[in-house]
Amino acid sequence: MKFRGKIVDVACLNHFTRVVTTISKLTKTCVLRLTPDNLFFVLSGKVANGGVGMWCELSQANFFDEYQMEGVSPEDNEILLEVTPENLSRALKTVQNAKAVKVKLTKKHCPCLTIAAELPTLSSVSRVVTHDVPVDIVPRRLWHEFKEPIMPDFDVSVYLPPLKTMKSVVDRMKNLSNFLVIEANLNGQMNLKIETDLVSVTTHFKDLGNPPWGDDAASPSRESEAMAEARVDVRRLQQFLVGQQVNPSRAMCNIVHQGVVHLILLHEDVSLQYFIPAVA
Amino acid sequence: MCLRFSAAMPLSTQSQADDEQYVLVASLDNARNLSNILKAITFKDHAIFNATPNGLKVTVEDSKCLQANAFIQAEIFQEFTIKEDLVGFQVNLTVLLDCLNIFGGSSVPGVSTALRMCYGGYGFPLTLFLEEGGVVTVCKINTQEPDEPIDFEFCSTNVTNKVILQSESLKEPFSELDMTSEVLQITMSPSQPYFRLSTFGNSGNAHYDYPKDSDMMELFQCTKTQTNRYKMSLLKPSTKALALSCKVSVRTDSRGFLSLQYLVRNDDGQICFVEYYCCPDEEVE
Repeated sequence: MKFRGKIVDVACLNHFTRVVTTISKLTKTCVLRLTPDNLFFVLSGKVANGGVGMWCELSQANFFDEYQMEGVSPEDNEILLEVTPENLSRALKTVQNAKAVKVKLTKKHCPCLTIAAELPTLSSVSRVVTHDVPVDIVPRRLWHEFKEPIMPDFDVSVYLPPLKTMKSVVDRMKNLSNFLVIEANLNGQMNLKIETDLVSVTTHFKDLGNPPWGDDAASPSRESEAMAEARVDVRRLQQFLVGQQVNPSRAMCNIVHQGVVHLILLHEDVSLQYFIPAVA
Repeated sequence: MCLRFSAAMPLSTQSQADDEQYVLVASLDNARNLSNILKAITFKDHAIFNATPNGLKVTVEDSKCLQANAFIQAEIFQEFTIKEDLVGFQVNLTVLLDCLNIFGGSSVPGVSTALRMCYGGYGFPLTLFLEEGGVVTVCKINTQEPDEPIDFEFCSTNVTNKVILQSESLKEPFSELDMTSEVLQITMSPSQPYFRLSTFGNSGNAHYDYPKDSDMMELFQCTKTQTNRYKMSLLKPSTKALALSCKVSVRTDSRGFLSLQYLVRNDDGQICFVEYYCCPDEEVE
């Protein structure tokens, strides 16, 4: 197993760091899956995570100037590592000024992702900074848990409202209730609702638009006014919104009625999917 | 005190005809003109709302020794319609503030949340319609029968000492108050030290003196030397009101009861009042 990559473009380094930081806000640990063409940050929707799933896909060519990897075997040409994204984020933040940053899979006292960079100083001699971020190798027999999730058969797909507004509303709703209902229809309307003994609050978003997945994607006979809804743990939704540092080019929400909320954010070279299961 | 739940009120679009059902409708183009002043009296969960044709009075009390009132006159509202002489109810103030600030409550210039507050009368929830940038939020907050606010029997004829100060001069001392002191002592006198705030904490005693001819002193009417102590924990919340205000009047009566009245200007420069009444902790001669 071998992996070495090099980032030389400061914008790419910045962007990569931002992505890793966003992931670190979504989950404490996750799996980093390295393939010849892509990097994936994956959280499998296990009960231990509260059933929350995450799939973040980056095209390596958009970030790395040099990228070489050799997987577990020629047939299984991938490397899966369990990482704590915050450690990675912290290390990357310290090398933002570097001319080049190298990322390498190494074996110190344990397997590590080593981040190494030369930082400019006032004198002619550069300062070399090395961070060894410990990782766990995920054995081949567990790889099936980290496959690309299948797009759920959703009832409604809608574009999300401005994330900033959504975050303000969800932040306040979290003070009032543990659970929140997200509902949307094919008329571009979305409501966020909470209801407790003390108070009920409903925020109405309209004219959001519905993504054109194709006529056969959602059931064709569905009435445009009919709402599909899912009741979720408000902290999961808040966690997703807290992590968003950059405005995506496309933000969508697919709802499986009383099943799951599937959030999709598309940036130029990164896609992020987040699955929040519905609770009773 | 009984808790009443709302009948299932249909969420119809707001039209003038629907207002028939409400005994109180109050509208603001900028919800901050209500939420900011309410923040100045939020030290307990529950608040008593009393509305009259003159406007809104919101009362919060603590352990029968402290009362804070916020007054928002009818003229502050873009619309203020009341069908009875007195409409009263009690709500959870922290819930109300979360609702008023549902869109974030930050002061971005040019952006404000519009508010329409409606109350159907006894047994109905307090309904808020909030709108910002085309997004509408509807809140229904359960109400309770209002408690009777305490009458501290503080009347101007009984006032022994009164000063009016510019709030600027009190803001720093109040924010620095030694919280290890159990009491805040206020001395008012026609002679030295005129007006003095004192604390007695772990690091020692601290005194803040305000001479009667100070620039900050707008009015000085002290007839008798009085020193009174008030529980620090009771007065500390008044710091929020002080922070919002431009002027404060400090009055004590013959029993040593304290009245603090704050002149607050809202976002649009209009004037509202907040007052605090506090019982003395003990008599100090």
